[in-house]
Amino acid sequence: MEMLRFATAGSVDDGKSTLIGRLLLDSKQIFEDQLESVERTSREKGFDYTNLALLTDGLRAEREQGITIDVAYRYFATPSRKFIIADTPGHVQYTRNMVTGASTADLALILVDARHGVVEQSRRHSVIASLLSVRHLVLCVNKMDLVDYDQLVFDRISEDFREWAGKLDITDLTFIPVSALHGDNITSHSPNMPWYDGPTLLHHLEHLYIGSDRNLIDSRFPVQYVIRPMSDKFHDYRGYAGQVAGGTFRPGDEVLVLPSGLTTTIEGIDLYGESIDAAIPPMSVTLRLADNIDISRGDMICRPNNAPETTQEVDAMICWFSERPLQVGGKYAIKHTTKSARALVRDLHYRMDVNTLSRDETSGTLAMNDMGRVSLRVTAPLFVDEYRRNRTTGSFILIDEGTNETVGAGMIIDA
Amino acid sequence: MTDTTISHLDALEAESIHIMREVAAEFERPVLLFSGGKDSALMLKLAEKAFWPGRLPFPLMHVDTGHNFDEVLEFRDSRAAELGVPLVIASVQKSIDEGRVHEETGPKASRNRLQSVTLLDAITEHGFDAVFGGGRRDEDKARAKERVFSFRDDFGQWDPKNQRPELWNLYNARIRKGEQIRVFPISNWTEMDVWQYIERENIELPSIYFAHKRQVFRRDGMLLALTRHVSLLPGEELEETTVRFRTVGDATLTGAVESTAATAEAIIVEVAASRITERGATRGDDKFNEAAMEDRKKEGYF
Repeated sequence: MEMLRFATAGSVDDGKSTLIGRLLLDSKQIFEDQLESVERTSREKGFDYTNLALLTDGLRAEREQGITIDVAYRYFATPSRKFIIADTPGHVQYTRNMVTGASTADLALILVDARHGVVEQSRRHSVIASLLSVRHLVLCVNKMDLVDYDQLVFDRISEDFREWAGKLDITDLTFIPVSALHGDNITSHSPNMPWYDGPTLLHHLEHLYIGSDRNLIDSRFPVQYVIRPMSDKFHDYRGYAGQVAGGTFRPGDEVLVLPSGLTTTIEGIDLYGESIDAAIPPMSVTLRLADNIDISRGDMICRPNNAPETTQEVDAMICWFSERPLQVGGKYAIKHTTKSARALVRDLHYRMDVNTLSRDETSGTLAMNDMGRVSLRVTAPLFVDEYRRNRTTGSFILIDEGTNETVGAGMIIDA
Repeated sequence: MTDTTISHLDALEAESIHIMREVAAEFERPVLLFSGGKDSALMLKLAEKAFWPGRLPFPLMHVDTGHNFDEVLEFRDSRAAELGVPLVIASVQKSIDEGRVHEETGPKASRNRLQSVTLLDAITEHGFDAVFGGGRRDEDKARAKERVFSFRDDFGQWDPKNQRPELWNLYNARIRKGEQIRVFPISNWTEMDVWQYIERENIELPSIYFAHKRQVFRRDGMLLALTRHVSLLPGEELEETTVRFRTVGDATLTGAVESTAATAEAIIVEVAASRITERGATRGDDKFNEAAMEDRKKEGYF
């Protein structure tokens, strides 16, 4: 069974929580005790229906204020796939949460209200999905029941969005007319919309092909941990543990080690005493190499004819998370794959308006939830690829050295 | 495994192993909480895999309420001995004896809430800076929002409104002295995933997870086992029935479910058909109010 991770975005009003509640309920992931609790709360709050949105309420502060303050992860499975939903709130700290949810997502699910069409927020969410290289995007036109299940409304919204999305880097775009409240086109075809002959939402999530989304071409193995047991049985064992970040590694492959530039061959690939004949992303394995060369955490194992760029100058689109604005000239701790160093912000080229894609080149700083393009100088060489090509070797986080907070996330542009 | 995709269990395993290796590489004194329960048995297996053929680069710790099932304690000790890993036992009884906490009284008294103090004391005493826990996000509303690397201040408190953003597989391990990170490598596993993996990997578990005959009685809608830690209240009656445990916490609070599932395979079938959550069915500690877990986490609980 394959796993699919998707991020949902939307505000309280467009029915996102109801949609997720519906997916969980219709795929039988909601248990009786959870449903009882929701039915009880619905009655207490005076709803005349079971408010499925309550299923996804989390913390006390959220229930009290009727808002969602953080990314919540939810799980469901059907016989064909396991799903992880990163459920991101639409309003408070929207960019920060959406970026976090999208960073690991295969697919972004964006909701619009059929009565209002594509609004600023839907555009913002699709821009973020595109910047984070989420390959598949589903636009659910929700509340079709409130527009009499009218095909024209759906067609107009779809056209409108398709035109806008042309500017974005999204390879696969799907439109589905739904009513989360009534369950239309969620897990079964709606009798109310006979004109719609596309897949239901669940069918689409179950059958979408994601096998080609991972980079299986550029072999990348950031060394995470060196295993040297020095026990009687494994006296001379020396293995390089890590998670494959790209391509395929096989025993016998010739590999290049960065930063030393030395080459050797893979003697074996171990996974808990089992020798495996191929390692692909995102497997966590241990490589044994034929020659005894000095390799430590933060080094990169790749192929001699296909190496990432070794550089101390990085250009990136970054998203800023902190209340203290980004400082040009500021120094931050940087974590890229398994390597930590320090980074100096040399330049901020522009701040990008995620609603309009327009660039503000006069902005001297980035505030919380802003995105912009920066140039960094790093104290040690990093082994990088362009983010669009590899989400693992193309991403980094920035950490404030004083507070230790994670203050920014970067996607490398100019590798 | 086909050429380009890996199964959900392999993907979850890979993610958990990656997290464990990050912790071993970036912290001075990590420790793995090991109660002998199924989630911690899974954690131990993943840790073995992460560092094979080396030994675990961290000790194990159990916060012992003194109200545990004997079968689980035996299992805990034998697994630790088998792996040759040091096991730290932090005792709630000792915290009570030393006057660090006051025991609740009455027939339904529980030591559950006292655990946080014992845990935090042990973390301070041993200087642990990262503590692995087997919490899963599908267990509870508060857990659903918690990070894999969950920052705790020098009081061990979780601040849900002020969590560090967590992107890709990049974890921020930076802390000041006295602060700690609670690490949840199996955040993304569900109860079903855990059982499927236990079956696939043939992971050994305490016997009480599998169907067996036992003396039980009904209290607050749960089936409690008669142990030396629990006594009957007026009106409660013992019955012998075939049960298993879905979770194995404090014996005073952990309910059994009627079941004839004697193997991991049979349990998977039951889990698939079950209509009640794991904690809802069997954990008195989470029933006290809607926000029980959230409150306990803010006090330093896992």
